[in-house]
Amino acid sequence: MTTENLVETLIYRKPESLADRPTHYCPGCTHGVAHRLIAEVIDEMGVREQTIGVAPVGCAVFAYQYFNMDFAEAAHGRAPAMATGLKRVNPDKLVFTYQGDGDLASIGAAEILHAAGRGENITVIFINNAIYGMTGGQMAPTTLPGQRTTSTPLGRDVESHGFPIRMAEILAQLDGAAYVVRRSLHNVANIRKAKKAIRQAFEVQRQGLGFSMVELLSNCPTNWGISVTESLRWIEEHMVPVYPLGDYKVHPAIKPAKGRSR
Amino acid sequence: MAKELLKGNEAFAEAAVRAGCEAYFGYPITPQTEALEYLSRRMPELGRVFLQAESEVAAINMVYGAACAGVRVMSSSSSPGVSLMMEGLSYIAGSEVPAVLVDIMRGGPGLGNIAPSQGDYNQIVRGGGHGDYRPIVLAPATIQELIDLTYEAFDLAEKYRTIVVILADGSLGQMMEPAELPPMLPLRKPEERPQWALTGAKGREPNIISSIYMDPLEEEKLNKRLLERQAQIEAQEVRLREYWLEDADYAVVAFGTAGRIALSAVKDLREEGHRVGLLRPISLYPYPKEQVAALAEKVRAILVVEMNSGQMLDDVRLAVEGRAPIEFYGRMGGVVPMPDEIVDQLHALIEKYGG
Repeated sequence: MTTENLVETLIYRKPESLADRPTHYCPGCTHGVAHRLIAEVIDEMGVREQTIGVAPVGCAVFAYQYFNMDFAEAAHGRAPAMATGLKRVNPDKLVFTYQGDGDLASIGAAEILHAAGRGENITVIFINNAIYGMTGGQMAPTTLPGQRTTSTPLGRDVESHGFPIRMAEILAQLDGAAYVVRRSLHNVANIRKAKKAIRQAFEVQRQGLGFSMVELLSNCPTNWGISVTESLRWIEEHMVPVYPLGDYKVHPAIKPAKGRSR
Repeated sequence: MAKELLKGNEAFAEAAVRAGCEAYFGYPITPQTEALEYLSRRMPELGRVFLQAESEVAAINMVYGAACAGVRVMSSSSSPGVSLMMEGLSYIAGSEVPAVLVDIMRGGPGLGNIAPSQGDYNQIVRGGGHGDYRPIVLAPATIQELIDLTYEAFDLAEKYRTIVVILADGSLGQMMEPAELPPMLPLRKPEERPQWALTGAKGREPNIISSIYMDPLEEEKLNKRLLERQAQIEAQEVRLREYWLEDADYAVVAFGTAGRIALSAVKDLREEGHRVGLLRPISLYPYPKEQVAALAEKVRAILVVEMNSGQMLDDVRLAVEGRAPIEFYGRMGGVVPMPDEIVDQLHALIEKYGG
């Protein structure tokens, strides 16, 4: 066999929009999947050098280290306000926030609501895993009824702890919201749909149509206390019924994203 | 340019515009709301950014975002609103980005009232938010000073990559007096933004702006960097006004509106033949420590006058270090002292320390 017959075909590589460094995420956590999807979309749109990210407080607090682009690190829940400031003085750039459920639906509820209400032309990637990850597994506003956490050791009792908050449904009510959808990262088919939605959300921003958000149902095997495989099944069996997947707001002017999503 | 009759809140707003302020984020609160209203009209007419935020919490985080993009940005508020901004101010300080804030203080604590007060001295001058930092704090006593200090604040903020707070009170925000506005500076071009700014990593390595340093030794490095900058600020940015101190046997120390009222009282005492002078700190941080310390060497006693329970008083004591007797007169809760009250205090001071 001669070397001339050996042709290397690269079929998979790290997107340019991801930094070349290991993450601190737990094994099997879907944060890594979400990061990669965003990075692939930004690569495919060719906008890495025009994009500014805003990292949250929560498990993704170090997201700025994992993306290869300009990034700011916000105070807990304030990413949409910070992104507003960045976008208003950089109107030609793409600005996105990456936020978890405690950050977005609890402490930052006012900021996300008003960013959507203003039709702020930013993109929000919302990671909903029904728990506070970084602080060690406390109840989130999205924790399911009956779900055990370190601050609901007997399970979330809706009588005293209240009910899960469905952010996509709430934000979709607002006229300023152009694109609000919920997807899931629990299997390959859904991951592919999630990527298409992220692409659409960034396209909405590029077209200046208003606020866009993709909610991603995600896992937390560490704090849920189950295996990765079980955690993906748990999303499908327990989270999806409470947080139905679908398109909650699609602006009539939205044109389908150009280019094939790989 | 000729003098015009200007209202404080509108005057500082226009001064910010002329200093090249590219974005304003605020929330209505008496007694500073006219600044927000003025800029809601003025900024769009110049093609600049005005946004009424959903809260002061959001407003200061919008300021934080725009500051990260390397533009001149400001907010303004009043005491309860500024309390809500403390989280964001701490993050801005920890991220070393420049920002300007005008605080038109009102009576407190709590909801308090909308009358002029100096009750937030400790909150603003000592830092306010969590962690080790101090903003530059400038206290005007006239509308002209309010204009001039706001105009200059943007340069100072950028020079030291720090927060600059203009600390005034409700009377300065609300009153009108003749003053002259400075010339309009050109806006910074997008390509002239600082190298550290978040503008998209086009043809360069990404810029990251954050206030997180997980390694305590790295956090301590930030703290040391902030301290070094504070040392520069203390060496270079002290501002004050002195009145009749050359031959003074007694000195009043008072800032802002209290300083202005004290000046009337000091004039009255001079007319009576008493050798009384006034030191009016303009920079509250950096505090004019040396100048106040020098007073202790030459006067028989010092009277501190404030519209609070005695907050700057601590800084006077730290500077004087027991070398001269210090008396205090304060009105609180939004009560503005009359010159006669201070005259009476000075008579008592002279009586007590043997005029």
